[in-house]
Amino acid sequence: MRSSFKLLSASWLAAMAAFGLSSQNEARSEERLASVIEKGEYLARAGDCVACHTSPEGKLFAGGLAMPTPFGTLYTSNITPDVETGIGSWTSDDFYRTMHEGRFPDGGLIYPAMPFASYTKVSREDSDAIFAYLRTIAPVTQHNREHDLDFPYNNRSLILGWRTLFFEQGNFKPDQSKSDEWNRGAYLVEGLGHCGMCHTPINALGGNSEADAFKGGLIPMQNWYAPSLTSNKEAGLGDWSIEDITDLLQKGISHRGAVYGPMADVVYNSLQYLNDADTRAMAVYLKSIAQDSPKPATSRLPHAESSLLLSLGKSVYDRECAVCHGANGQGEPPHYPPLAGNQSIQMDSAVNAIRMVLNGGFPPGTFGNPMPYGMPPFSITLSDDEVAAVVSYIRTSWGNSGAPISAAEANRLRSAPLQ
Amino acid sequence: MNLSNLALGLCCILLLAGASRVSASDDAQREMAKRLEACTPCHGAAGKGTDDPYFPRLAGKPAGYLYNQLLAFRSGRRKYPPMNYLLHFLPDTYLRQIAEHYASQSPPLPAPDPSDVSAAILAEGEKLALAGDAERGLPACVSCHGAFLTGQKPGIPGLLGLRASYISAQLGGWRYGTRTANAPDCMQVVAGNLSEDDVRALSAWLASRPAPANRDPEPEGTFELPLTCGSQVMEGHQ
Ligand code: HEC
Ligand code: HEC
Ligand code: HEC
Ligand code: HEC
Ligand code: HEC
Repeated sequence: MRSSFKLLSASWLAAMAAFGLSSQNEARSEERLASVIEKGEYLARAGDCVACHTSPEGKLFAGGLAMPTPFGTLYTSNITPDVETGIGSWTSDDFYRTMHEGRFPDGGLIYPAMPFASYTKVSREDSDAIFAYLRTIAPVTQHNREHDLDFPYNNRSLILGWRTLFFEQGNFKPDQSKSDEWNRGAYLVEGLGHCGMCHTPINALGGNSEADAFKGGLIPMQNWYAPSLTSNKEAGLGDWSIEDITDLLQKGISHRGAVYGPMADVVYNSLQYLNDADTRAMAVYLKSIAQDSPKPATSRLPHAESSLLLSLGKSVYDRECAVCHGANGQGEPPHYPPLAGNQSIQMDSAVNAIRMVLNGGFPPGTFGNPMPYGMPPFSITLSDDEVAAVVSYIRTSWGNSGAPISAAEANRLRSAPLQ
Repeated sequence: MNLSNLALGLCCILLLAGASRVSASDDAQREMAKRLEACTPCHGAAGKGTDDPYFPRLAGKPAGYLYNQLLAFRSGRRKYPPMNYLLHFLPDTYLRQIAEHYASQSPPLPAPDPSDVSAAILAEGEKLALAGDAERGLPACVSCHGAFLTGQKPGIPGLLGLRASYISAQLGGWRYGTRTANAPDCMQVVAGNLSEDDVRALSAWLASRPAPANRDPEPEGTFELPLTCGSQVMEGHQ
């Protein structure tokens, strides 16, 4: 082994000497390529391609992940460089066309479950880097699985209608009045991060025709509510410190709250890999887009009923929750999030708080929090009345201004799919 | 051997090392238990099990076995949605630590199940478990799960302290293909050879067994297995 290695390197040295300059140039361009590939890998993380294009126990980027939508099931594509079944015969122009225009190389329309509506803002240079990286992945021969969509959604020409309403092809336009850092954050959040795919009321998984059913950012099929990032009544981060925001994005936990559900996926597969500068840039941008301030909510239940509910809620809370979240909802941050002053449980939609109580959860295991602390599911031990009571209690206590909820709302979420 | 096999092998060596190491300090144990409060409603304190017959005991099972199960639940290959959900975004290293944690616990076994099946059925279960049925090519359960049914490291679990309904559901899972283990999946061969009656007899008898004095799984390689098991032959160390 050793000696043949020496031999090899000796001949390589000789070749180097013989070709002098040209091989030096080659070495330099190889270095350049290596750094482009490295950058592409990083950007692919920022775009979270892996979360959709790799199935559980499947090969990296070989696709085949089922994405349930209200219109049927989509299966993600093989984006490894396999010539026959992947994108091995694509050029970087073809790839940019997919990212920027949402079209296949032959001009065919791509379903918006592939977040090209955001990726359209990715620069040509960054798109090329991602493509260069994807070419270095081990090719996998695996045919794309046919989508299983209901009539008439199985007709791709319907995508045209969606595009006219919701798709605006275009490049990211920096705001000259803002800092470079702010613009970098905006570029990542609006483009590769495709945060808008979940955090806007009309969302690409659902498309337009049934949009009314998902008002307020309820993610179709998953029954999670993706809060507005521009409203401090919801997930707006206007009054968060930059450090708490970067912790939330990078570690999945912070002194203000933890991520869970689909947002845990985003942190686990994507955000934890971003460097400090980019994370901070996103935080600066997110903090700046949060407007308005919380308003007191009005109860949806008659007073007598809600006061009964709240006294039951307090006894459930003291018995089951106070050990971790504290007698006054102060939590034990960062591992046990505070519930007092936590916007994410006071929003009009109580879906997330109800589901937390029913299903429990762990924040994602990240570089910054490799051994997270978990919350037990209460679906087995608490009745619908108790769940409604305790959720109403945390939404209305310690200065929180959410509205009480009913047992029927709790019951409805018992059958929500657990991914 | 490819790289991922190598990585798998290495991790199992680490697991073994972890399991045989003097148990971590009390503080670390307590902190780990606190992290895993999410598991307690179903698996009991220290993984000793609960009154719900369908929720299995975890304590004292071989770390390699528990790790294989956690990987299978995380990917959804083994299905129980509330657990698939909890594990979804936990990395390998942490799952390994969780497996080691429960492997190192030794709370007492629950009292054996009071069984309402007839003595004849229990006797049939005992015969299959201890001797198998050569005519049908059915190896004895003890030939893999150990003479005292306490399992064998790194990947074969003990069968004591489990309730009859859980055992029969697992055997059913293998028979109908909803539970699979790393290939070659020897348990599938075994379960595929069992009839409904066999499953009932075996589950009842296993659940009726008292705890042996020593509940530790046998060290790896203590005895030859009648079939090759992917759960046991962890690549990279033989
Ligand atoms: C939210 C899920 C999701 C994410 C995130 C995602 N994709 Fe996709 N992608 C899809 C789906 C679904 C399709 C299939 C669309 C269709 O058939 O119309 C697809 C199709 C593609 C295709 C077309 C391949 C072909 O031949 O069918 C390419 C290329 C692609 N994605 C690249 C990427 C890259 C690069 C990233 C990360 C920057 C990414 N995707 C992130 C869901 C996703
Ligand atoms: C797959 C859907 C999805 C995507 C993509 C997504 N989010 Fe979220 N996000 C959610 C859901 C659901 C919640 C509510 C659960 C929670 O609070 O963790 C949420 C919550 C949040 C919160 C509030 C957390 C808290 O504790 O108050 C912030 C901030 C956030 N997302 C930022 C982002 C950013 C930035 C991106 C893009 C990089 C992004 N999200 C992409 C689904 C998504
Ligand atoms: C063993 C400790 C523990 C107990 C007991 C517990 N929780 Fe939690 N709780 C947590 C942890 C850890 C998280 C973060 C989970 C995540 O990010 O997935 C959390 C998160 C939450 C959240 C989401 C807050 C946010 O924005 O991150 C709510 C709401 C919540 N818990 C309510 C409750 C209620 C109500 C109870 C009692 C019925 C309860 N918890 C009992 C540990 C606990
Ligand atoms: C809601 C109840 C519930 C919770 C919470 C739960 N489990 Fe489980 N667990 C089960 C059930 C039920 C099974 C058996 C599932 C099956 O195979 O049918 C199981 C099986 C297991 C097994 C395999 C046991 C064996 O002998 O094969 C392991 C390991 C395990 N759980 C670990 C955990 C860990 C670690 C946690 C906490 C992160 C956890 N579980 C939380 C209900 C639960
Ligand atoms: C050839 C070896 C072999 C034989 C013989 C065998 N088993 Fe197993 N068994 C295994 C292995 C290996 C596993 C772990 C599989 C995995 O990784 O999930 C297992 C797991 C099990 C489990 C799951 C335990 C749990 O906690 O979930 C049950 C139940 C079981 N065996 C019952 C039996 C019964 C009953 C017999 C006799 C009829 C038997 N086994 C015979 C190798 C064997």
